Amino acid sequence: MTTIQPKIDTPVTDELALVQAAKGGDVGAFEDLVRRYDRNVFRIAQHITQNREDAEDVVQDAFLKAYSNLHQFQGQSKFYTWLVRIAVNEALMRLRRRRPERMVSLDEEVKTEEDSLPREVADWSPNPEQQYNQAELREILTRTIQGLPASFRTVFVLRDVEGLSTEETAEALDLSIPAVKSRLLRARLQLRERLSRFFQRREATNGKQKPETGDTDQ
Amino acid sequence: MKCAEFLNELTNYLDGAIDERTKAELEDHLAWCRNCYVVCDTTKKTIEIYRDSQLYELPEDLRTRLRTAIVSKCHARKKAGPEHV
Repeated sequence: MTTIQPKIDTPVTDELALVQAAKGGDVGAFEDLVRRYDRNVFRIAQHITQNREDAEDVVQDAFLKAYSNLHQFQGQSKFYTWLVRIAVNEALMRLRRRRPERMVSLDEEVKTEEDSLPREVADWSPNPEQQYNQAELREILTRTIQGLPASFRTVFVLRDVEGLSTEETAEALDLSIPAVKSRLLRARLQLRERLSRFFQRREATNGKQKPETGDTDQ
Repeated sequence: MKCAEFLNELTNYLDGAIDERTKAELEDHLAWCRNCYVVCDTTKKTIEIYRDSQLYELPEDLRTRLRTAIVSKCHARKKAGPEHV
């Protein structure tokens, strides 16, 4: 079985030159950095806040905060990791504001190991995503990931969707590497379990019925 | 190797973050344990489906609007002086 390969390969030197120019007051250089990462920041923000307006605000505020604090960026990490850290904090702040009744923290303790133990081990169809049209698939994936606790969802999005390394994810979220690995494993297993309801091989029926997700949003 | 041990190493295995010896032990387990094989394979598919899903793409018009707002505020802060930048 082959391993999963990371997605992003950033040209770091070029990026550092842009950061230096932006620090020196070149707004055009900063605009290039915005162009480079606005899609990523928007995606991360929307995954965390689960709200389109909040995600738009996070994009603006995260980039403005980055611009105002560029002098604090020392270049010890990638600019993108530093930016993601700002964006995640902004997004969590908005999520907390919207849901004051619930403590939202990346450090939240997870009940037991039981929540991630595989119960559904039926194999999937060879091309599970082709069982559904694009809109149905998007709905399934969105509702499924929204059912994860924020702490799991965030780690999964940074690591597996955005392609940050374990170390970069730990740095961006201010978590230890073992904490990132533990949350990532649970997030992956929980998503797999939930998606199995939709994607498992169905011999007799043609597999088009839509099971209810029944997930509680956290 | 027991299934629980396999599961503990699953993330490292999928990320290729293990030594050759552990990898060989895991693959030996996969060769005879159908359940772990399915869990491993479907977890990998889960990651790939999300990675390729293009959820929450930023529409081009909104992208332009956000960028214009960001750049204009950057210019305003620059103009306001170093204490605001």
